[in-house]
Amino acid sequence: MNEAIVSLRNVDKRYVRGKQSIEVLQGLTLDIPKGEFVALMGPSGSGKTTLLNLIGGLDTPSSGEITVAGQRLDKLGSGALAHWRSNHVGFVFQFYNLMPMLSAQRNVELPLLLTNLSAAKRKANALAALTLVGIADRAKHKPNELSGGQAQRVAIARALVADPTLLVCDEPTGDLDRKSADDVLHLLQMLNRDHGKSIIMVTHDPKAAEFASRQLHMDKGALLEAGTLV
Amino acid sequence: MKYFPLIWATLWRKKTRTIFTLLSVVVAFLLFGMLETVDYAFSHPSNGVTGADKLITMNKYSVTLALPFSDVQQIRSVPGVSEVTWISWFGGYYQEPKNFIFALPVDTDSYFNLHKGEFVVSGEQMQAYRNTRAGALVNDALMKKFGWKIGDKVPLHSTIWTQKSDGSLDWTFDIVGIFSVKDPTQAGAQASSLLFHYELFDEGRSFGKGQIGWFEERVGDPSQAAQISNRIDALFANSPNETKTQPANDFTMAFIKQFGDIGFVLRAILGAVFFTLLFLTGNTMMQSVRERIPELAVLKTLGFGDGKVLGLVLAESLLLCLIAAAIGLGLSYGALPILKSVLQGVELSPKALIPGLGAAVLLALIVGMPPALRAMRLNIVDALADKR
Repeated sequence: MNEAIVSLRNVDKRYVRGKQSIEVLQGLTLDIPKGEFVALMGPSGSGKTTLLNLIGGLDTPSSGEITVAGQRLDKLGSGALAHWRSNHVGFVFQFYNLMPMLSAQRNVELPLLLTNLSAAKRKANALAALTLVGIADRAKHKPNELSGGQAQRVAIARALVADPTLLVCDEPTGDLDRKSADDVLHLLQMLNRDHGKSIIMVTHDPKAAEFASRQLHMDKGALLEAGTLV
Repeated sequence: MKYFPLIWATLWRKKTRTIFTLLSVVVAFLLFGMLETVDYAFSHPSNGVTGADKLITMNKYSVTLALPFSDVQQIRSVPGVSEVTWISWFGGYYQEPKNFIFALPVDTDSYFNLHKGEFVVSGEQMQAYRNTRAGALVNDALMKKFGWKIGDKVPLHSTIWTQKSDGSLDWTFDIVGIFSVKDPTQAGAQASSLLFHYELFDEGRSFGKGQIGWFEERVGDPSQAAQISNRIDALFANSPNETKTQPANDFTMAFIKQFGDIGFVLRAILGAVFFTLLFLTGNTMMQSVRERIPELAVLKTLGFGDGKVLGLVLAESLLLCLIAAAIGLGLSYGALPILKSVLQGVELSPKALIPGLGAAVLLALIVGMPPALRAMRLNIVDALADKR
């Protein structure tokens, strides 16, 4: 078995709202091997997105250990976490979250602004990422000039451009029609299979989950089962 | 520089709003530039008395308080004073108050001797002036402004001086000559000037006879101007009419300042403008950041640290204010010639525009800091919760 790219040990996550403490994740332990494409499923409020946030370094656990790409995230401060995210994780959101005033190419270049690459190199890398996701011909278009499927491809290109170890996708097909959703899922599958990207995808859609190599189910803050699909 | 395209694009995210905000800041800085330039002119008089070739002696306490004409003999006796003349403020206008005329009763011989080489008047017209008791020499620009001709009789209304003969405030002068100035930089200062005989004025007025407004002296050696100035004032120390002697340029400013504390008035106007601007621009910046919370959260998600996000919002505010300030100050620089023609006798310097850039940076920091701090403290999870 490959080494774990994600390793969680007894992770708890509580949110405090006023005087009320809400337990979202309870004693979660999980290993995801490097190069795996995992679909995380479960009803609303089951803690999927919270788990994704913890794995992506967007949030910190209340207790427990989280190690991703060899780094103990629960030990990092917000500055170090930001730096770590820029190097190791690519994010794909349900509503793409592209900058509306920037072209597709400029959107893809955003993570590269945090590197020391020259402007020409940034542009070249952004175009390469757009080519990889099959949308280089729309490089100069702004998000409002793209269809949902195209915008999501741009978002995937942005997630890929800095060559992260892990792709974290939160309902990446939730806003797409079936055809566009399948295209995006095939793209993610290709990135996992051909480029070795580890992918964790939250989804409500069983058809989308079928594209993953493993499905994890959550309910009330705990993992219900884990199995490898054939 | 690599962040510039991002900052620039963000700035123009809502074009109409940015244009209106920009325009309001441009207008504020246009006003700032103009008022600051005027304030600078009043607060930076000439480089002291030393080096001045012309001095003005006025009442120590106010130019509105008269001095006795008899002082002229004592001033003449001061070593280094090569000429003395005397003038009073007539305060006149033609037909209606908006047609202000810088009418000055002057002693012909001493005045033109003191200002030798400064005015251009034909010998024939100068002679006509000398020979005509109610004669007036009028600046060529003023002649053109009102379409006057040689031979015209011009009634001027004085705001101060009634005539002994009938108590009237209206004085009539015969235009017998036209003068211009040799120094083109003084053309604006003299554009409303009309000179007439002091004898006519002194004998014709119903009060104040034997008193003058101020003395003007020419000094033989400008390097001695400071000592001469002190000597003149020492002559009248502890007398009922103590004097203050200063360079002619400073006097012009002091004369205008008698109408009020110019600096205070200008700063009060600027303060009100910028106070309003702070709220306007601050509110716009705050709203702009509020609308972009999901985008800022995405930047943070991608790895932009708190400091970088703070810097991006501040840079946007700085860019907006600096562009607007540059346009506004540029326009006010272009308006300098107009200001000079309006504020006759006051020298304006473009140096006064420099604080404008400082003000722009300060404004940018003040209006940009609250939204920048908000952006910096943004919790990614909360910010993304509404829009994933």
